[in-house]
Amino acid sequence: MSEIHELSTEQLIQGLQNKQFSSVDLTTHFLNRIEKLDGKINSFITLTGDIALAKAKACDEMRAQGDKRALLGVPMAHKDIFCTQGVLTTCGSKMLYNFVSPYDATIVHRIDDAGMISLGKLNMDEFAMGSDNASSYFGAVHNPWNLDRVPGGSSGGSAAAVAAGLTPLATASDTGGSIRQPASFCGLTGIKPTYGRVSRFGMIAYASSLDQAGTIGKSAKDCAYLLQPMVGHDARDATSIKHDIPDYVQDMNDAEKTGGDKPLAHLKIGVAKEYFGAGLNSEVADAVKQALKTYEDLGATIVEVNITDPEITLATYYMLAPAEASSNLSRFDGVRFGYRCNDPKDLIDLYTRSRSEGFGAEVQRRILMGTYALSAGYFDAYYTKAQRIRRLIVEDFKTAFHHCDIIASPTVPMTAYKLSDNLDPATMYLGDVYTIGVNLAGLPALSHPVGLSNDGMPIGIQLIGQHWQESQLLSTAHLFQQNTGYHLQQSAIAKETV
Amino acid sequence: MSQDNQQAALTDSAVSRQEILEVASLARLGIDEATAENYAGDISKILSLMQTLAGVDTDNVAPLANIHEACQDLRADVARHDIDRELNQSMAPKVGDGLYLVPQVIE
Amino acid sequence: MTKANFDPKLLVDGYEVVIGIEIHCQLNTDSKIFSSAPTAFGHEPNTQANIVDLGLPGVLPVLNHGVVERALKFGIGVNAKLGLYNTFDRKNYFYPDLPKGYQITQMANPIVGRGYIDVMVNEGEKNEYPKRIGITRAHLEEDAGKSVHNAADGMTGIDLNRAGTPLIEIVSEPDMRSVHEALAYIKAIHQLVTWLGISDAIMAEGSFRCDCNVSIRKPGAELGTRTELKNLNSFRFIERAINREIERQIDIIEDGGKVIQATRLYDPDKDETRSMRTKEEANDYRYFPDPDLLPVRIEQHTVDEILAAMPELPVARRSRFETELGLSEYDARILTGSRQLADYFEAVVAEAGATSTKIAANWVMGDLLGALNKDDKTIDASPISAAQLAKLLERINDNTLSGKLAKKVFSALYEGEGGDSADAADIIIKTQDLKQETDTGAIKAIVEDVIANNQAMVDEYRGGKQKAFNGLVGQVMKASRGSANPQQVNEILKSLLN
Ligand SMILES: [Mg+2]
Ligand SMILES: [Zn+2]
Repeated sequence: MSEIHELSTEQLIQGLQNKQFSSVDLTTHFLNRIEKLDGKINSFITLTGDIALAKAKACDEMRAQGDKRALLGVPMAHKDIFCTQGVLTTCGSKMLYNFVSPYDATIVHRIDDAGMISLGKLNMDEFAMGSDNASSYFGAVHNPWNLDRVPGGSSGGSAAAVAAGLTPLATASDTGGSIRQPASFCGLTGIKPTYGRVSRFGMIAYASSLDQAGTIGKSAKDCAYLLQPMVGHDARDATSIKHDIPDYVQDMNDAEKTGGDKPLAHLKIGVAKEYFGAGLNSEVADAVKQALKTYEDLGATIVEVNITDPEITLATYYMLAPAEASSNLSRFDGVRFGYRCNDPKDLIDLYTRSRSEGFGAEVQRRILMGTYALSAGYFDAYYTKAQRIRRLIVEDFKTAFHHCDIIASPTVPMTAYKLSDNLDPATMYLGDVYTIGVNLAGLPALSHPVGLSNDGMPIGIQLIGQHWQESQLLSTAHLFQQNTGYHLQQSAIAKETV
Repeated sequence: MSQDNQQAALTDSAVSRQEILEVASLARLGIDEATAENYAGDISKILSLMQTLAGVDTDNVAPLANIHEACQDLRADVARHDIDRELNQSMAPKVGDGLYLVPQVIE
Repeated sequence: MTKANFDPKLLVDGYEVVIGIEIHCQLNTDSKIFSSAPTAFGHEPNTQANIVDLGLPGVLPVLNHGVVERALKFGIGVNAKLGLYNTFDRKNYFYPDLPKGYQITQMANPIVGRGYIDVMVNEGEKNEYPKRIGITRAHLEEDAGKSVHNAADGMTGIDLNRAGTPLIEIVSEPDMRSVHEALAYIKAIHQLVTWLGISDAIMAEGSFRCDCNVSIRKPGAELGTRTELKNLNSFRFIERAINREIERQIDIIEDGGKVIQATRLYDPDKDETRSMRTKEEANDYRYFPDPDLLPVRIEQHTVDEILAAMPELPVARRSRFETELGLSEYDARILTGSRQLADYFEAVVAEAGATSTKIAANWVMGDLLGALNKDDKTIDASPISAAQLAKLLERINDNTLSGKLAKKVFSALYEGEGGDSADAADIIIKTQDLKQETDTGAIKAIVEDVIANNQAMVDEYRGGKQKAFNGLVGQVMKASRGSANPQQVNEILKSLLN
C-alpha cells in the first residue's frame, strides 16, 4: 500500500470508513512529516499539532458513535490569510506577527463543522501580494520539486505543503492567480471559484473585488472535496451571492459513469491566440498544446476565441488591485492590534513607523501605487479608466463564451524560476498575465498539471469557466486525470519517507 | 478631469521622488529619500505598463465596480449583545481602562 | 438662489450673509449601520464595538435594513428625489477614532437627492415669515469613535462604542440669509427627524450635530469665501457662533483683508471662533466605491410601504388643526411642536368630544405644558394621561367642577393622586370632596348665614360700596370651602341683599 500522504482524499475517506487507519493515525502521520521535512521548504508558519490531535481523537470517537460526515477526521491546513480563533493569524506579515484572531473566518468555521482537522497555518506572500512567496516575513518557501525554485505565490505555502505531502489538502486564496500559479509551479490542481461563491468573511483582504478563496489538492477530485463545505452564501459577506450549490464529487462520478470513451463529446474548449503569444516559454506551450490534444481525444472540440489583449488586462489589474489594497491595509495602524513601533513620539510617528516597520517592501510598493492611483488628479485617469476597461474585459469573456464552454490557456508563461532570480516587480507582474483576467471578470478557473519541463519542473494548464460553473471545470479536469497520470507525479520531497 | 488631462496623466507616467514622498505621507508610510527614489523607479516602470490603457476607447463604457452587479441583501436591525471586550483587546498593543491608548492627540 | 434677489432688511452692515448647513443626525436603530453591535449610548468603553466596528483584519460590513428605511422616511419628509439606486464609497484618512482608516459614506449616489423644507423664520414673533430652504442631498455614513484625552499615562484613549452608529448627513443649499433663517432651518430639520421617529436628535449627546458654512458678500456679488463652523452642540451656541463669525468676516473685509477658507471651532467660553488644526495636511480623501458593499436598489413597493406608514407631517397637521379643529394659528403651532404633543392633544379631544377643542387646547398648552416645563419634562413623561385630562374637562363641562376646583383636581392628578385609572379625576373629586355645590337651597342657607354674621359689610354695600359685595362673596366661598357654584352665589346674594 502507498504511504498515507500519497493517498487521495477519497482513499483517506474510505480508509477511515473501513477502519484501515484512524484519524489520529492520519494526523500523526502528517504532523510527523511536517516535523521532519518542513525545515526544507518552510511551508508552515504555525503548527497546531496539539489541537489537531485532540480533534482527531474526538473525530474517531464521533465516528465510532455513528457520525457519518464524509470529511470527518480528514486533515487539511489553512493559508494564513484566514482568521482562526485562538490561533496566530499573520497573513505572512510582521504587521500581524502577534495577531491571535478572536474569531474564525466563515470558511474556517464551515470546514471545522464538516469535521476536518486543521494541522496549522500555511506560509504565503505578505498580504497575498506576490507570485513567488519570497515576500513572507516568515521566510521564503521552497518548491518541493526543487528547493532552489520558488513555489509560486501568493499561496506558496499551501502548494508547497500539499506537493511535499505534508497535508493532503489546503485552503488558498486567489486575487490575480494566487491559487492557480503556485498549483501550476508545484504540479497540483487548484481551483479559484466564481467571485461571490465562497465567503470572504475572515479572509484578510488584499483587493476586495478580486479576492476569492479556493482549494489546492493533488487532483481535481481532492479540490472538490475541500471546496464543497466552503461554498455557499454567507450573511456576513455582502458580496457573497445566493446560488445553487451542486455536489461536486457526485457530478464528477456521474460524468465518469455516463461518459463512454468520448466523455467530453459535448464540450467546446476555446483557445485564444492572445494566450499563446510572445513571452510564453516553448516547453510550456508544447505541454499545454499536448494536453489540448488529450482533451480532443476525450471528445472535446477546440475552437478559436478572442479575449482582451493580456497587456491591457494586466495594466487594468495593476491599477485596480493596489488601489483597493491601499485602502484595505489602512486598518493596520498599530492602534488596536498588530505591530506597534517602539516609543512613538506622537500620533503621526506611531502610524508611519508602525506601518513602515511592519509592512515589507512589496506591500509598501503596492500601497504607494494604489494611493497614487486614487489621489486627487489621477483618480479618473487611472482608477475610473481601469474600471471602464474592466467592463470591456468582462464583455470580451462573455463574447468568447458564446462560442465555447471553457477557455483553456497555459496557467503561467513559465515554470517555477529560481529563488535567487529576484525578479524586479514589473517583470514579476508579467507572470500573472494569463491568470488575472479571470479575477477581473469574477470567473471560476482551475489549473491542473500537464507534464514536466526538461529540468523536471511542473507545467500547468488553466481552464476558465463561466460564472458558477465550477462543477463543469472540476469534472472536465477529473476526466482528464482519469485518463492521464500527470497529477500522480510526485515532488522530490513527497517521495521522501520519514 | 478632462479627457485631455486623462490622456496626459497616462502617457506621462514617470513618477518623481517628491510625488512618492507626498503619497507616502498620505498613506502614513515613513520612507527616506533613497527608498522613495527606488519606489519612484519601480512605480514609474509599472505605470508605464499602464500606458496601454490610454489607447483603449472607453467613451461609452460605464465603470464596473462589482462583477455580478447584484444588489445586496440587507441585514435585519437586530442588536447582538455578545461583545467580549477582553477577548477583542487581548491582542491590542496598549490599552487602559478599556480604552485603546495612543500618543496624546492635540485638537 | 438668485444673486439679485436679496432682502435689504437682512443685510448686516451692508453685507449679505450666506449660510449653508450640514447636519449629522444619528439614526435610532437598535444595531449599527454595518454591524450587529448595539448602538446604546453611555456604556463602558469599547463594550458596544464588535469585531466589525473595530476593523479587525478580515471583517466585512453588511448594511442594516433599518437605516435604509429611516433615510427613505427622511427623504419623503423633505420632498426629495429618492436615490432608489444608491451606493457606498470609502473616504480614506487616518485618525485613531476611525478604525479602518476609511469611513464608509455615500459620495457618488446618495440615498436622498434634491429636496426642500418649508420653515417659519422668527416663528411666533411679529416679524415672522415663511421660507423654503433647499436640501442638496442626504447620505448615509458611519459615525466615528471618540477620543478621550488624558486617559492614562498622558495618552489619548480611544473608545469605539460610537463607531459604526448610523448617520444621515443632511446637506442644505446655501439658501439662508441670516442667523435666524439658519436657526429656523435647523429647528425644522430637528422637528422633522424626531417627528418621523428616525432619530433621538439630542444635541447635547451628539446625536444631532450641525456644521455651518458662513460667508458674506456685497449684495449681488459672487459668493464670498466660506468658513465652516464645527462643534455647535446647542441652538444658543449656533446663534452666537454664526454672529461672531459674521462680525469677524466683516472686520476682515472692512480692513481690506481676505477671508481664508478654513474649519473653525466655536469656543463658548471666549465666545469666539478659532481656526482648527487641520487633521490632514492635505484633504485628499481618495474616495472610491467600496468593493465590500454592493449597490442598494430600492423597489417601488418598499417606497409605497413607507409612504403608507408615513405619519402626517408637521405642516399638514398644523393646517388641519386650524381648519378641522378650528384652532387659532398660534394654538395649532404650539400643539404641533412635536408629534407626541399633537398625538396627546388629539387623544384628549377624541375622548372629551369635539366641543371641548378650545378648552382642551387651553389646558394642554397652559396648565399641562406649564407644569411639565417647570419639571423639565416632555409630553411623553406627562403624569396625566390624555384620557385622565379628558375626564377632567368633562367634569368642568358638566359643572361638577368650577374653574378653581378644576385646578385643584389637576394638581392632584399631576401628583399622581387618583392612580392610573382614566377616572382618576372622579376618584379625586370624591375622596377629597371637591364637587361643586349647586343646590340652591344649600347655597341660600350659607348666604343667609354670611349675611347674618357680617352686618358691617352688608351695611357698607347698602351704603353704596360695591367692593363690599365681593367681600361677601368671598365669605360665602370660604364658608363652602370653595365648593359653591360662584354664579349661583352671586345671584342669591344679590336677591337677598336687594
Ligand atoms: Mg461633510
Ligand atoms: Zn459626514
